[in-house]
Amino acid sequence: MAAILSIKDLQKTYEGGFQALKGVNLDIEEGEILALLGPNGAGKTTLISTICGITTPSSGSVTVGGHDILEDFRAARSLIGLVPQEINLEPFETVWNSVRFSRGLFGKPRNDALIEEILRKLSLWDKRKSQIKELSGGMKRRVLIAKALSHDPRILFLDEPTAGVDVELRKDMWDVVAELKRDGVTIILTTHYIEEAEAIADRVGVITSGEILLVQEKEQLMRQLGQKQLEVQLVETLSEVPDPLRTYGVSLREDGRALIYTYDTNAERTGITALLNEVAAAGLTLADVQTRQSSLEDIFVGLVSGDNT
Amino acid sequence: MNWTAIAAIYRFEMARFFRTLMQSFLSPVLSTSLYFVVFGAAIGSRIDQVEGVAYGAFIVPGLIMLSVMTQAISNASFGIYFPKFIGTIYELLSAPVNFLEIVLGYVGAAATKALFIGVVILITASLFVDLTIAHPFAMMLFLVLTCVSFALLGFIIGVWAKNFEQLQLVPLLIVTPLVFLGGSFYSISMLPTIWQKITLFNPVVYLISGFRWSFFGTSDVPVGFSLLAIGGFTLLCLGAIWWIFKTGWRIRA
Repeated sequence: MAAILSIKDLQKTYEGGFQALKGVNLDIEEGEILALLGPNGAGKTTLISTICGITTPSSGSVTVGGHDILEDFRAARSLIGLVPQEINLEPFETVWNSVRFSRGLFGKPRNDALIEEILRKLSLWDKRKSQIKELSGGMKRRVLIAKALSHDPRILFLDEPTAGVDVELRKDMWDVVAELKRDGVTIILTTHYIEEAEAIADRVGVITSGEILLVQEKEQLMRQLGQKQLEVQLVETLSEVPDPLRTYGVSLREDGRALIYTYDTNAERTGITALLNEVAAAGLTLADVQTRQSSLEDIFVGLVSGDNT
Repeated sequence: MNWTAIAAIYRFEMARFFRTLMQSFLSPVLSTSLYFVVFGAAIGSRIDQVEGVAYGAFIVPGLIMLSVMTQAISNASFGIYFPKFIGTIYELLSAPVNFLEIVLGYVGAAATKALFIGVVILITASLFVDLTIAHPFAMMLFLVLTCVSFALLGFIIGVWAKNFEQLQLVPLLIVTPLVFLGGSFYSISMLPTIWQKITLFNPVVYLISGFRWSFFGTSDVPVGFSLLAIGGFTLLCLGAIWWIFKTGWRIRA
């Protein structure tokens, strides 16, 4: 698929001298959901702000749908919808007028039917005549999404869309994102919540200190970097790992009732069969066997702290 | 040109005005009435005609200018400062609009509000004094140009201001004194010679003089100067705004 967003060696140094982006390269394919993970101050918001025109790049280039964001800013920005991290809304305006304003601002002709459809989809229809200051935090966040969708963007940026949002609403938002993807909208979201990336992203990018550490298919990333743990629960209680098993790097659970073996799922031989044979040879009786896949969170923590790089 | 976007900004800004219509409407009517009670009736009755015009009528153009200038500045400065303050400016910066479209939307709305108030004051004034407008077309031209140019200045102040205090600072410390000392309530020919010279450095003198000419056919300075002054001031403000958007000064990081 063609890249709808192409970022080449993008750098941003703020006036004070802080370098927020240190040469970011990233291609985003049409129709995908990319989750950008990174700790606070990693450069996630600066990256989005620069693409959208809120901050100016120091060097490098960005094209959106083939349009340069500086030279052909109208065409580039027309394709983008932005849901900012902060809830920035005119408090005294009604939901309806606020969303209608956004559509007009992007130069699109009035389309009440479309706005109604968006508001209904986001469960805001009943609140259309309410002033924004009367809405709850979750509702306000939905208004931000409605505003971003009002002009039919092909790319949607969601900057920490579910920060401070309760679990139920978060799930609702994931549903909205899934539906947008079905409509062919490309979605780039930044998040602190690894489970969010795990639940909805096609690809995951990890950014830290203004640099992209990696961008990979979520499944592939989890397969490549993911490790599995095998927990062999025993009938006996051990005080230490039996000698023949030490070569496998096996550790003993705190209560001495289980052996824990970490292995690479991509390795040609996982060593499980040999290990279990050794367990039997050592005269131990199996009570149960469990395996656990490492989560994206484990991978992320490992990457950012440099364990896997 | 993204006319739809200009219309959207304009409509959004005007909605704020209509939300507080009574306040927008009553405030100038009340303050104008008070000026007429104090200056027109109490003091004006003891003043002879000024340049052949009854004092009550003489102060009308200055009164209109005073309100129009301060209203244009405060509406435009608040219009652009408020999105900066509450953060909604992100939408403006990420929209496919250029600086001219943003300015047309915000300044157009602020100028419209100021114009509305100017007309309201004119109508209120006509209830107190006999008014004849010698050059109605020129009067409207001066009024509209003043609304637009001071709304442009207000826009610059709104971009410059970092807090609400700064937002009030320029109108309070610079504009109001300039307007009061710009011949709103007197003809500069009434001043001592030296002050007649000094006062010519006050740009507002040219505006009020030109506007008064459109009412009574007499002016402190030639009308052409007045038009040049207001035209130059408008261009100066436009240039400053062009620079603001080119550099992103206090708007775009």
